[in-house]
Amino acid sequence: MSFDPKPTTAARTDTFVFGIPQNGLQKKERTVPIDEPPPLPANAELTYIGKPTLRYDGPAKAMGKGKYTADINLPGMLYARLIDASIPHGRIISVDTAAAEKLPGVRAIYVIEHVYGVAELRDPKLEAPSRYPVVRYAGQPIAGVAAVSQQVADDAAKLVKIQYDTMPFVVDRSAARADNAPVVFPGPADAAASAGGGGGPKDVPQTGNVHGPERKTVGDVQKGFAEADVIVEGEYFTQVQTHSALETHGFVVDWKPDEVTVYASTQGTSSVRDEFAEVFKLPKSKVRVITEYMGGGFGAKFGAGNEGVVAANLSRKANAPVKLMLDRRQEHIVSNRPDSHQKLKIGAKHDGTLTAIQLTSYGTAGVGTGAGTAGPATNMYKCPNLLTEEYDVFINAGPGAAFRAPGHPQGCFAFEQTIDDLAVKLNMDPLALREKIDASPARKAERQVILERTNWRNRRPAGSDTGPIKRGMGIAQSVWYRFVSMNSSCEVRVSRDGSVELMSAVQDLGTGTKTLLAIIVAEEFGIPPADVVIRIGDTRFPIGPDSGGSVTAGSITPAVRNASYQAKQKLFAAVAPHFSTTADNFTLQNGRIVFKNDPSRSYTLKQITAKLPTAEISAQATRVPEYSKERLTYGGVDYVELAVDTETGRVHIEKVFGAHDCGRPINPTGVISQINGGILQGISYALFEQRIMDRNAGYMLNANLENYKILGAREVPQIDIVLVENYIAQSSTDAAGIGESAGIITLAAAIGNAFYNATGVRMRKIPMTPANVLSALGKIQEVQA
Amino acid sequence: MADTPKTTFSRRGFLKGAGVTAATTVIESANALARETKEALHADRTLGPDALPVKLHINGHEHSVTIEPRYTLAETLRDNLGLTGTKVVCDRGSCSACTVWIDNTPALACMTLAIDTVGRQITTIEGLSHGDTMHQVQAAFVKHDAMQCGFCTPGMVMSCAALLERNPNPNLDDVKHAISGNLCRCGTYPKVFAATLDVAQQRNQATTLVAIATERVA
Repeated sequence: MSFDPKPTTAARTDTFVFGIPQNGLQKKERTVPIDEPPPLPANAELTYIGKPTLRYDGPAKAMGKGKYTADINLPGMLYARLIDASIPHGRIISVDTAAAEKLPGVRAIYVIEHVYGVAELRDPKLEAPSRYPVVRYAGQPIAGVAAVSQQVADDAAKLVKIQYDTMPFVVDRSAARADNAPVVFPGPADAAASAGGGGGPKDVPQTGNVHGPERKTVGDVQKGFAEADVIVEGEYFTQVQTHSALETHGFVVDWKPDEVTVYASTQGTSSVRDEFAEVFKLPKSKVRVITEYMGGGFGAKFGAGNEGVVAANLSRKANAPVKLMLDRRQEHIVSNRPDSHQKLKIGAKHDGTLTAIQLTSYGTAGVGTGAGTAGPATNMYKCPNLLTEEYDVFINAGPGAAFRAPGHPQGCFAFEQTIDDLAVKLNMDPLALREKIDASPARKAERQVILERTNWRNRRPAGSDTGPIKRGMGIAQSVWYRFVSMNSSCEVRVSRDGSVELMSAVQDLGTGTKTLLAIIVAEEFGIPPADVVIRIGDTRFPIGPDSGGSVTAGSITPAVRNASYQAKQKLFAAVAPHFSTTADNFTLQNGRIVFKNDPSRSYTLKQITAKLPTAEISAQATRVPEYSKERLTYGGVDYVELAVDTETGRVHIEKVFGAHDCGRPINPTGVISQINGGILQGISYALFEQRIMDRNAGYMLNANLENYKILGAREVPQIDIVLVENYIAQSSTDAAGIGESAGIITLAAAIGNAFYNATGVRMRKIPMTPANVLSALGKIQEVQA
Repeated sequence: MADTPKTTFSRRGFLKGAGVTAATTVIESANALARETKEALHADRTLGPDALPVKLHINGHEHSVTIEPRYTLAETLRDNLGLTGTKVVCDRGSCSACTVWIDNTPALACMTLAIDTVGRQITTIEGLSHGDTMHQVQAAFVKHDAMQCGFCTPGMVMSCAALLERNPNPNLDDVKHAISGNLCRCGTYPKVFAATLDVAQQRNQATTLVAIATERVA
């Protein structure tokens, strides 16, 4: 899809609210397309935008009425099971499906020919051609079987006999870097990013399993270190985290000659449509993707995936709809956040001014790439000299994928702890050091909130407690970026009975997109958000953005406001003759439509629409380009209070205080829910979660929810959150997403800094399990996971 | 060359094993149910592997359904009866997403064989509300935004509503304990706590008002 970034319509200049309320709001002049709606005032002056609003589909979710992909049950539908590799590396000799085919109730079996979502050899000729893809990780999809019930499909899956020619494997990142390590790929291989990000660089060198480096240079890092008064260095390790969305990846595919209907548990209806069209050589017009409800994605659910391709082939073969959901073990293997081993060096002047940052990182995304961690080191603070070198290390394990702020929790864990080390060395307060090196007005306001609303001023020197339980506090900052998808469209319909509907293909992952959109439409028409009907998650509607990288709110809300505004203008124009006036004499005040020239004449929306000459009017709008080209970031400052039991090695998080910004908050309720979630996922990442690979057998040992530990109710600390409004004058709503910067980036680092403040010991490895804590405290020998 | 190792085990085999080793009261009560039901249903013959007709009492209505003895209650509710409010997440008793009530006691539908619930009263998330009127706990979940993707929500609601039935005046720790088995990946826990405590408070206020009113009448 080509797009002309320059507005083709005439332009006008308008004045927008700008800045942060705490610092005093300012005005900003912008040149905008002539048909843009008038600038919105600050939230304090609006009726619905910025006011806590109940979740649009809350009752449906609370009552169990929402239909997720896993809940779809079509007439004649078959159930499928994905069959995957039991070995970590080898060639498939044969796939014998005879016994499975004979099982009563089996309707179709499909053996896959290509594995999607993994790195591919630059030169495919390095491997002998085969009917079957080479197996590079235990759990790699091989085939699928569809049957009349899930139980029969599962029985049949066990009857499929696969013969392998096994090859040496490696499932440990440091072992894979060795000269004599088994190679995962016989030559250089690269992986593409998904619509949610991730993916690594191409055209970088590869030696054995080591792919890279991707090198970024600013200034001269050696000169920077020479100018430094102090230098801090550190080495940090983070683990592999699996997405563990509660609804597994899955599809229901109904293959019909005139249209393929795909129910998908996806973060991007349009990315699924694109990939189905591409894989099956179909025009996009014949692929319909539906995602009414979806049970979590966190970055892992884009495109057709191997399971989608298998489901579609089974549906086509069996001539019936097919449901294929991954089982929980497969969900743990299908995607992950790569691990990391980072070496970081920072130089600074006595006053804190940064002179040089150098980062080298190795990480494994299994059979994929995208383990880079340089985001925070590159973008958090300004530094004249920077050198980052990021390497991907291939191992025989499931592919990494975008995961809530790809690369940033890892990078922040190392970077924000090294900044803390710098503060110690400079004998500066960590907040004061950041005040010196960080010019972001939003972060400044957030640090002020932390200073005023937490215990920070009572912070004691590191390791002050003399008993076995040691308490401390720490902070860390996050950085994320304003990404906008121009593929963001919608239609607004107004009917003669006064009802208003909004339609877009955009999906709601649980972030509250439906609510967000209802609020925008409601503000424009002066009706309560609950009165707006929101129809999304269906590619029959105008295209929506894929929800990755916090793009959704910032991309789709301006289109929704513009369509609402245009529909309203059309409505006014259509009914004006009936009221013997002109369209520009109507205005909206306090939920009523008022005559500008006679404020005593006012009507409800219903009274106005009743006079529509046609049964309905509608307007479509698409995202217009950003009003200015500035590169903008979002972020937050998170504060942690914790207790470390130095005898058992348990870390107990007692309090978290987060101050965050996301442009103009549209629904503070939903934003705070997401920040709660980000903070809790961050704690879970820092303390509990860890993929454990069996080095001898080459598969994931804890691919379940009892041994893959995720934070539960009893580990939830007291959480307080403050939203900082940050008006940026970039679109007709100024909204932005919060998913990435919502705490997942900062928490491991903030906990690390609080751990140091409690114990005087730097925690360089997560998860902070009792074993890793006791080893850091020097009480036991290091335990290899 | 190696053949596919047979690492998988059958549902029935697993449940049999779980019955011996599991220590939770939920599993124990499910097993007690199983024993009694089997005795009552088919005392003198082995069931299955073929499907057989059974009557299940769900949300106040009797449902006739033909199922194999190996079908779990979760599978039967979802695939055979279309009651998809009950979610399956881990399918092995470690996340509580499939929580239903059997005779008003929370139980994991993925760890319970459907035939073992014959003669028992099953309540699912669909049975908690009446038409469009939500149960107080459901309404409180909406009010406090105690959900994001919503996939854990039915199980959470069932656990919290059951807590309030057995303990009308819980504190924060009681709520945390009651849902300690309910996994939420979106991190809605703080709002689940708030919603549940809010319902307790509302009910206690209502009780107090009734008590005052009764006193006045007297």
